[in-house]
Amino acid sequence: MTIALALEQLLNGIQLGVMLFLMAAGLTLIFGVMGLINLAHGSLYMVGAFACATVAAWTGSFWIGLVASLIAAAAAGAIVELVVIRRLYDRDHLDQVLATFALILMFSEGTRWLFGSFPLYLDIPPLLQGAVALPGGTEYPLYRLAIIAAGALVAFGLYMLISRTRLGMRIRAGESDREMIGALGVDIRTLYTVVFALGAALAGFAGAMVGAIQSVQVGMGEPVLILAFVVIVIGGIGSIKGALLGALLVGVTDTMGRFLLPKLMLLFVPPAQAGMIGGAIASMLIYIVMAVILAVKPRGLFPPAHA
Amino acid sequence: MLLTRENLVNLILALGLLAVPLAANALGQPFYITLATRVAILALAATGLNLALGVGGLVSFGHAAFFGIGGYAAGILAAHNFSGDPLFFGFSGTNQMWIIWIVAVAMAGLVGLVIGAISLRTSGVYFIMITLAFAQMVYYFAVSWPAYGGEDGLSILVRNQFPGVMTMVPLNYFLICYVILLLGIALFAVIRASRFGAALQAARQNEVRVATVGIQPYRIRLTAFVISAALTGLAGALFADLNRFVSPSMLSWHMSGELIVLIILGGTGRLFGPLAGAALYVAFEYALGGLTERWQFFLGLILLLVVLFARGGLLGVLAGKARHG
Amino acid sequence: MVEPVLHISNLVKNFGALRATDGVTIDLRPGEIHALIGPNGAGKSTLIHQICGTLRQDSGIIRFAGQDVGALTVAERARLGLGRTFQVSSIAPEFSALRNVMLAVQAKEGSSFRFFKPVMRDKGLIDTAMAMLERVGLTARARIPAAELSHGERRQLEIAMALALQSKVFLLDEPMAGMGPEGSKSLTRFLDTLRKEAPILLVEHDMDAVFALADRISVLVYGRVIATGTVEEIRRDPTVRTAYLGDHA
Repeated sequence: MTIALALEQLLNGIQLGVMLFLMAAGLTLIFGVMGLINLAHGSLYMVGAFACATVAAWTGSFWIGLVASLIAAAAAGAIVELVVIRRLYDRDHLDQVLATFALILMFSEGTRWLFGSFPLYLDIPPLLQGAVALPGGTEYPLYRLAIIAAGALVAFGLYMLISRTRLGMRIRAGESDREMIGALGVDIRTLYTVVFALGAALAGFAGAMVGAIQSVQVGMGEPVLILAFVVIVIGGIGSIKGALLGALLVGVTDTMGRFLLPKLMLLFVPPAQAGMIGGAIASMLIYIVMAVILAVKPRGLFPPAHA
Repeated sequence: MLLTRENLVNLILALGLLAVPLAANALGQPFYITLATRVAILALAATGLNLALGVGGLVSFGHAAFFGIGGYAAGILAAHNFSGDPLFFGFSGTNQMWIIWIVAVAMAGLVGLVIGAISLRTSGVYFIMITLAFAQMVYYFAVSWPAYGGEDGLSILVRNQFPGVMTMVPLNYFLICYVILLLGIALFAVIRASRFGAALQAARQNEVRVATVGIQPYRIRLTAFVISAALTGLAGALFADLNRFVSPSMLSWHMSGELIVLIILGGTGRLFGPLAGAALYVAFEYALGGLTERWQFFLGLILLLVVLFARGGLLGVLAGKARHG
Repeated sequence: MVEPVLHISNLVKNFGALRATDGVTIDLRPGEIHALIGPNGAGKSTLIHQICGTLRQDSGIIRFAGQDVGALTVAERARLGLGRTFQVSSIAPEFSALRNVMLAVQAKEGSSFRFFKPVMRDKGLIDTAMAMLERVGLTARARIPAAELSHGERRQLEIAMALALQSKVFLLDEPMAGMGPEGSKSLTRFLDTLRKEAPILLVEHDMDAVFALADRISVLVYGRVIATGTVEEIRRDPTVRTAYLGDHA
């Protein structure tokens, strides 16, 4: 039984990792191409979740909701980029942090204004309800497996986009040399808007997918955002590969830590304290992992070659 | 001291903060005294951060950790004093503010040393995100550790004591906080003008130049970070005693963001920037909060406009551009 | 023979497959100006970075002031007396010229961990810094923010800082770069007096200045020193002529 339980936790960890990757990929892409740190990325995740829940409630279809989440998040991203973000590219990181912090306040309070303070609920689509038998006799929710598959598909799609397409070529050029893309005759302003909207759509997609297993509420993006920061710091800011590995590392470490550490503590302390100490350490575990990695490699596991 | 325009504005700010609670006391409006105390404490916390951020250019997005640690130092010591349980290693709790302040300063400084030692190996965006992440670590620890209230926080049943002062009288407690704020601002001014301050400012402007004259920027920055953390920790202890309550919200990343916002609203690196910013912030909160439930939306909008269009902050508007000797 | 102040032997630095520094051996003797010349991309900057400590060599030895400094940080080497100027002047832009030099003086005097005495009331610090500014001819510009100084003035300011450090060696990275003909001439005269303070390793493209100042010249091509000698020897060296000097000689 324990092995089956461990397998289940491992899958949960991978599922968390996949979601974190969707967030981290956008953040790291935006930083890599535009040199911008965007705290409001979690708000776009929230926008995706609210759009999906609202449209799904109207139409009765999760799938239409999912499409709506992509459109809403990409549109919100594009508007924010056009109105605010593009004034920040030449500013220092402090200004970027503050302006995007201000955007969080506006997004959160604005959403509360529109939707009220009560959480929305989003049902898992019928196609993905039910469970799958795992080796060892336990069952695992089909929907969570679908999230993993969807995330893997997006990761692959992103890889193809960046390595095989014209847009991808421009993004790579933008990462290595801002002036070069100008020389290539690319309209940089449009490219930046597109990249920002793409990152936003990824965040919105993640928000919609997670919305069906958690409640959809204001502030839901913030814990995810901070975990995504940890991911890209570990992976190396600007690196998609680093974001993928960092996301899986953080997802699995966090989930398995919460599962295993209280049990591990039983070996050392009485049961009453084992849960408490184990739980407390588990809640800090990914930050400890981050500190250790940074102590050895201050620029993360896959630092961008140029900077 | 020369009576420049900035000094005049500073003087008005300092006297203004004193005048409000005195008037409120005379008019029997204790609520405004609490508001002014809040301003003084937030200004002290932001003055601490201003040393790292404004003078040293170290954009710490994790100073809530130090603010909260100061707060928990007050809360935990008071709780042990109340229950009579020893703390650890035979130490007991206390309700004496000056002991609590020392502990708050020491603990925040110590954690600042650890966080700073790791974070300062990096710079730029990495530094911002790592300080944020470490503060979250402290936050989650406080949430998941049930002994001191976990998520629910910890109440301080009776405000801690200071020899010869009735601390429960609002005006008295304001005066304690006010004096400490002025001392904190004085310390900031002295450090900024010193050799250490010169090296710290130079490291912000040009790290390579500092190393080339033979000064290790890392050591200078780490020292500044620790002093900064300790000051913010002291403010945290005062905040806990003001509210007679401490909870993980003092450690949250919103708190870190707010502290930066105070500095920017007031004017980055300016001596009285944090006080101007804190006064403005609390006034916004109070005035907007009275007008609309959605005041945070408008706060965000104002902040966005300040960042985009008024980068000098309030002191930039009132006292002109910052000057260097 | 006199012991060299700075002695670099068999220095190697690779960037991936590229060998940017390929077994460089070079020394600097007391009282001399030793010029390092070579075409762009010859690895002069990489070499300078390794001498100062911003880059770590893969192998080889850097001896300075009688000790192996190959593992020391930039700041530690500076404290031993390695003074330098940069290709693009490196100054604290918000500080006045005076405060820039005061920073160097305080670093030389010892600790920057003094928290209480205001620097602007520290007469000793100010007087020493003013003396350095006077020597480079910047007295009248002492209170001007460094960001507002002209290109040439910033160069003078950097040299004032190196003087304040009482450097045992001056490492000057293309000091003539960006200077007009008049500026180059007066800087050349100034460097000629500077050699009395300490020997100079001069990286320079301006051949007039190099030939006017250098006691010895080393020629760096593709990361290797292809020749070292007096001005006359280098002028006559056939490999140098083909590899670098061309019609200059």
